[in-house]
Amino acid sequence: MTINTMAKGGWHRDQMSCFRKMEKVIVAMQDPDMGMKMRNQRLLITIIPHAMTGRDIIDWLMKKSNICEEESLHISGLLVRYGYIYPLKEPRSLVLRPDESPYRFQTPYFWTSTRWPASELDYAIYLAKKNIRKQGELMEYEKERYSVLHKRINHTWDFVVMQAREQLRASKQRRKADRIVLECQEQAYWLINRPPPGARNVLDMGLERPNNTARVTLNSEHYKNEIDTCKRALGRNRVKSSICLEGFMKYSEQYQNHDPIMQGCLPSNPWISDDSAHWTMNLETVPTPTRLRVERWSFSFMELLNDEMGRREFMTYLEKEFSGENLAFWQACEDIKHGESSKIVEKVEEIYRNFLAPGAPRWVNIDSKTMDKTLSGIRHPHRFVMEDAQMHIYFLIKKDSYPRYLKSDLYKNMLAKGIVPQETKKSVFPFMRRQRHSSPSPAQVATQATEEGGNAKGAGQAGTNSAAGSNV
Amino acid sequence: MAAEKAEMDALKKECDGLRTQIEAARKAVNDGNMTSAAGSATEVGRVQLKLRKSLKGHLAKIYSMHWSSDSRSMISASQDGKLLVWDTHTGNKLVAVPLKSAWVMSVAFAPSGNLVASGGLDNMCTVSNIKAASPKTLRELDAHTGYLSCCRFLSDTEILTASGDTTCCLWDLETGKQKIIFTNHIGDCMSLALSKDENTFVSGACDSLAKLWDLREGTCKQTFSGHTSDINAIQFFPNGNAFVTGSDDCSCKMYDLRSDQEVITYQDGSLNAGVTSVSLSNSGRLIFAGYDDFNCHIWDSLKGEKVGVLSGHDNRVSCTGVPADGMGVCTGSWDSFLKLWN
Repeated sequence: MTINTMAKGGWHRDQMSCFRKMEKVIVAMQDPDMGMKMRNQRLLITIIPHAMTGRDIIDWLMKKSNICEEESLHISGLLVRYGYIYPLKEPRSLVLRPDESPYRFQTPYFWTSTRWPASELDYAIYLAKKNIRKQGELMEYEKERYSVLHKRINHTWDFVVMQAREQLRASKQRRKADRIVLECQEQAYWLINRPPPGARNVLDMGLERPNNTARVTLNSEHYKNEIDTCKRALGRNRVKSSICLEGFMKYSEQYQNHDPIMQGCLPSNPWISDDSAHWTMNLETVPTPTRLRVERWSFSFMELLNDEMGRREFMTYLEKEFSGENLAFWQACEDIKHGESSKIVEKVEEIYRNFLAPGAPRWVNIDSKTMDKTLSGIRHPHRFVMEDAQMHIYFLIKKDSYPRYLKSDLYKNMLAKGIVPQETKKSVFPFMRRQRHSSPSPAQVATQATEEGGNAKGAGQAGTNSAAGSNV
Repeated sequence: MAAEKAEMDALKKECDGLRTQIEAARKAVNDGNMTSAAGSATEVGRVQLKLRKSLKGHLAKIYSMHWSSDSRSMISASQDGKLLVWDTHTGNKLVAVPLKSAWVMSVAFAPSGNLVASGGLDNMCTVSNIKAASPKTLRELDAHTGYLSCCRFLSDTEILTASGDTTCCLWDLETGKQKIIFTNHIGDCMSLALSKDENTFVSGACDSLAKLWDLREGTCKQTFSGHTSDINAIQFFPNGNAFVTGSDDCSCKMYDLRSDQEVITYQDGSLNAGVTSVSLSNSGRLIFAGYDDFNCHIWDSLKGEKVGVLSGHDNRVSCTGVPADGMGVCTGSWDSFLKLWN
């Protein structure tokens, strides 16, 4: 985090917003009219007032916010974990049990947001109190921390002990029930702010990102570089916004059917139906590709080249036209660019022998300027020595052969043969709520609603059981 | 001293002058805005993705995750000192890679699926081969002087890293040496994204700037400003002509490479938590942004509206990712769980 995100007082803004939301819920829960019904809870021989059961909390949340039990459990779990509600039995286990276990609201004095960060001094006083009150009451880890603190703030130790004694004396004057309540509250506060080893620390803000603007010295060297960079940036080609934005629209629209989150996928989304048929149908090499896949080959030349099957089909077409060497050349150049350094020299030689040398068996037609440049580059082969030649051939194929391929019978047949998978059959329970592969938009929901019983176009249905949210 | 200062001032002035010219050039081509251009696009409506799987196995905060190119396996890194490779379909853990240093901040899968890379506060990028009988460390790339915030493979022979020492670096895995160092940021580099053609990449840093780099020449081609705090996450729009950033200033922005400027900001008054991660659906229409408020919010990238939310994590969402086949989205969180939604 940079200094910007830390509000005055060093509080991290991100957690604060969560706390504020939690506090709103807590306040609502304690509303005298609409809030929770609380009762007295027996704890050993004392009666603690204003307690509620885990079950009460869950039910209240479900009713008040109109949510399901799972969500209610989750939210109330968060409230406990962040210290706004604490358990009376088993105080160290900060979970919300949806049963008769008793819980109480934490007093705002001890809210995580009110007293943060927890001070070492306060912790020392707390541990001292525990130690004085009952010898041997401190847990192992608390004993360790106590001695560490004793060393660290030794200079104020008298104050610590004095405060501890004073607070203990004051608490003795309270009624037993109040005393127990206060002890519980304080204990809960410290369980959150100084969690025992191994327990999750919810207030952890993560790795320190040392904010080091001093890393880069802003000297004249730096500015000279900046100027060069800016000059280069200024010289960039710029395209009108309207054209670019239009491009985004078109792309999204074109790919919408190919976006499983937007439009679902056939036969079914493997995550929902647990049926990996979709993946099997779309492996690198299959006997027959799906129609959507073949369609994508027409979206852009790169789509075709990036798909192994597409490339193979395209090669077949090119061979018919006796221009297969172009694609072979392109592939060989790619191999050099992304392959091992040790093989570069031999690969370059092979390319020269097969494609560029006079009388080569698969001679490619490159303009003389590029050819000369490439040939002289070959004498000192490196990873990108074929770049220019490769670019030349790439654009040649893209402008000439590719559009013709898309119009060819070969492609059209591929498209027609392309599999359009059937949706996975519905499950045995016909009255189960319709499951979709994904549920993107009301636009889809609306069409689904009006086509009750029918198959909605595009939004296929995974008809398997609705217990799809399987926990692993 | 005075002469040096005068020189500095003159240089600064020249810099500012150039930047003003760049802004002017950008304004000159700005003849439209995204929201009006998106007027004709169909409404997305409310997007409700359901939780399909919850992957349990890590014992501490998850800091990073990355999908494999087969869209089925996925690797996650946690501060419990382990990398876990999952088969997301069955939910099984395929490989566990123990780390020398538990302070991991980033993890990446090579496109081939053979190698994985990780790094963090140890300032190193460790590359391991997971196809061996037991994971074998291939290389320890040790030259950064700051923490490793992000790494991405170009192939089994090259990897790109971003570091808290404000530089990005291209490494040759065969020699283990740096090939190119990209310097220009003045704040910690927090994330990077590789273009599909692997000729360029974009990086986001704590200086609130995003930069476009030429991978081959090692130069910064353009700088994009607009954010007011650290940029934590960056991803390309699938057509490769734009990228989306997520920042501690609680907003995401889309920058267009061809018109060379910001086209839209995704922000909402009620969202006042920083963005930790972004990823896009296959068509680019939906942006999944993970926030510090424990949720992942979904934005309509074209209309700039919030269209959904994925809640279920008990702590900050630290990473999100959409697999190559676009089947769904995975979110990883400090609550040590990974969740799959679609």
